[in-house]
Amino acid sequence: MHRLTILVIAFAIGATGCSGSSDSSNTLTIYSGRSEELVAPLIERFEAESGIDISVRYGDSAELAATILEEGDRSPASVFLSQDPASLGSIALAGLFAQLPSETLNMVPERFSDADGRWVGISGRARTVVYDTTLISAGSLPPTEDGFVDPRWAGRVGIAPTNGSFLAFVAAKILLDGEATTLAWLEGMEANGSPTYPKNSTIVGAVVDGQVETGLVNHYYLLRVLAEDPVAPAANYFFPEASAGSLVMPSGAGILEADDAPEAAATFVEFLLSVEAQEYFAQETFEYPLVPGTEPFGDLPPLDSIPTPDIDLADLAPMLDLATDLVAEAGLL
Amino acid sequence: MTSPVAPAVRVRGVPSTGPGGTSAHRSPRRAPWWLWVAAAVVLIPIALPIGALVVRVAGASDETLSILFDARTFELLVRSALLTTLVTAAAIVVGVGAAWITVRTDLPGRSLWGVLVALPLVVPSYVIALSFLSASGPRGLFARITGTTLPVLDGLAGAWLALTISTFPYVFLIVAAALRRIDPALEDAARGLGAPPLRVFRTVTLPQLRPAIGAGALLVALYTLSDFGAVSLMRFDAFTRVIYAQYAGRLDRTPAAVLSVALIVIALAIIWGEERTRGSAAYFSHRPNRPALPRHLSSAGRAAAACALGLIVITGLVLPVAVLISWVAEGSALGEGVTINWAAVGGSLLGSSLAAIVAMVAAVPVAVLAVRYRSRVSGWLERSVFVAFSLPHITVAIAVVFFSVRYLGPFYQSLVVLVVVYASVFLAQATGSTKASMLQVDPAVEEASRGLGRGPWTTLKRITIPLIRPGLLAGGALVFLTTMKELPATLLLRPTGFDTLAVDIWSAANELLYTEAAASALVLLVISAVPMYFLVLRQKDVPV
Repeated sequence: MHRLTILVIAFAIGATGCSGSSDSSNTLTIYSGRSEELVAPLIERFEAESGIDISVRYGDSAELAATILEEGDRSPASVFLSQDPASLGSIALAGLFAQLPSETLNMVPERFSDADGRWVGISGRARTVVYDTTLISAGSLPPTEDGFVDPRWAGRVGIAPTNGSFLAFVAAKILLDGEATTLAWLEGMEANGSPTYPKNSTIVGAVVDGQVETGLVNHYYLLRVLAEDPVAPAANYFFPEASAGSLVMPSGAGILEADDAPEAAATFVEFLLSVEAQEYFAQETFEYPLVPGTEPFGDLPPLDSIPTPDIDLADLAPMLDLATDLVAEAGLL
Repeated sequence: MTSPVAPAVRVRGVPSTGPGGTSAHRSPRRAPWWLWVAAAVVLIPIALPIGALVVRVAGASDETLSILFDARTFELLVRSALLTTLVTAAAIVVGVGAAWITVRTDLPGRSLWGVLVALPLVVPSYVIALSFLSASGPRGLFARITGTTLPVLDGLAGAWLALTISTFPYVFLIVAAALRRIDPALEDAARGLGAPPLRVFRTVTLPQLRPAIGAGALLVALYTLSDFGAVSLMRFDAFTRVIYAQYAGRLDRTPAAVLSVALIVIALAIIWGEERTRGSAAYFSHRPNRPALPRHLSSAGRAAAACALGLIVITGLVLPVAVLISWVAEGSALGEGVTINWAAVGGSLLGSSLAAIVAMVAAVPVAVLAVRYRSRVSGWLERSVFVAFSLPHITVAIAVVFFSVRYLGPFYQSLVVLVVVYASVFLAQATGSTKASMLQVDPAVEEASRGLGRGPWTTLKRITIPLIRPGLLAGGALVFLTTMKELPATLLLRPTGFDTLAVDIWSAANELLYTEAAASALVLLVISAVPMYFLVLRQKDVPV
């Protein structure tokens, strides 16, 4: 019993000690929806170059966005780094982001940032189709995602209906094609018995493992698989016609309004747009650099050659609830 | 447990009731005030997320509430209920069967079998699911080794198998302990009167095991209800999958709260159902003074028993470990360095040990009130502990974020809050085994202490707690094991920079870095196997 008492007291002391250390004044706190494996090396470089200490909270983009919304203006975060524009948009809609300086915004083509300048795109992620090269030739794939509701694709196209990038794609489709057409497409995919997966990476894994023939994903997962296993029998297909399926979605960053170290935060966001960081995204995470001048990885088609659907990314977040409703209505949720 | 003061074997046959029921054995004394204070303190972190959900739902618009009456919501409810029923049924069959073989037969090496069979509990359900998926299919591990393709194991069948394998040890551990303390005299008498073995099992053994089976099945059912990792990987549309999807796909967090309240209702229905089945069962208060003679197995029987146990161990332990090792091996073959993230190891050990300690302390007032001072209030206290166990952790975590950032100041994103959340969502596992121990303590012993002039506090400290220590420790071990696997609450509530193995596995697997994910998963299994080893081996003393 005594040992237990001592342990409990030790716990109380130890835990209290731990709690105080998280928000000392010269530390910049970042909420990162991008994983530690991908961005930690970059953040270490920034710390070394700038002398600013960074503490990072890694998590899922949407869940971190929900956390910031619950925290409101009490959020300990200075910067929110997100995988997708919709999570950034939800924070912008709640009025929790500060306005970014125009020099920062001007570094990136307008279409990859918030129109009102509350967050900026950092790296690009193209929506693509991953396919099993032993079973399918690129020539037989349709020109847009609309072709996949054809019965001949029944059961052959994997989708991740609960995933943030799929929902952003659905939101984009609503903006481009309207609610009714989008619902009809989702229902067509459901009627086709399209297998559903929790996220993009599991679809790519399933295609590589021969469990499904194709799937709607983001482009870089396959490149990561190929980096480890160059003979994996799968390839990326970019839709040749502009549609929601050919959307390039930026990962991005915004600075929290309530932040008490705005200069350090701004320095960090600028760093993410530096040639060094853009090179890193191109070569290490296989994403599209968004600042002109840095080339994408390997034989990826140039960013300008991907047909761009005409939408404003800031419109995605307000469309997200409807996208989720439609996915649910189609029976995919 | 050998209690020096326990009187000789005595079959009390007290009708055991669920929480909130009446007892023929009510203590005449009233609970001391500080016991209620302690219980109230335990109840705060449990009631808080539940309360926050109810408040949010109460403020929801009619349109949001209408999600409850969607045909799709109903369909998901049915699917979750189906999965929960199938998993629970299978876990009972497998758990009781394995317990009977390892406790009551002369199968060679049954102590070792006992440890091996319980070990799938330390494997996170998402790792088991992932290993099934990567072993099956045309390019799976099985096909690559044997050349024969196993059909892809997913959907209902996959979720059922993965969850059965990862939860049946709850039934196994609790029933094995109960089998050890059942007095063999009754079975001997039945056999002596000419009843065939199967009938003895059905009419004498099984009724005595009912409370243990019920306790194990309740944990299995509620865990299945709250699981997200396995169902999402197996692509099975369960209720939790939709709740998580609401957080990813909506700016408004109210629909997720509405669905979570629906989940609480299902959990309460399950808890109520378990209480009803316990109503007529009986238990025995004392460890028999001689163990049951092991049943002799013929050589065919031995082979069958070893095959059955071997099949469990292969699916629940060998296969996941083989898949993990194959990933590590593939990575090293490609020249990737396999490193162990020591910070994550430290974080997992610290968080899980503290959670276990806090849960053990919190379990005492709940168990004492539930057994000695049974009332309507103590019944609801126990039920809320079980409800907390059934909630998806994302829901709990979001509610705690909201509360702690506003009212707990510097404790927001601190280890204190994280550990308290761990302890409260997993408390049901500690109160279960502590209560079972408590039921074995003869109240006469405590009465004697009181009669000799000791106060209730001294009696609790000197008499009750030492006597229920085995149950407390077993409960603590279970909490430790499940905390090691916990992910959603850890992600949202951990101190910034605090790393655990589960977070490491998630983060690496997300980026398809399977070598790294597998290395962390193997470390998690090795660390978790240690308390599991003691839990099972010491079980001869531990009346779980």
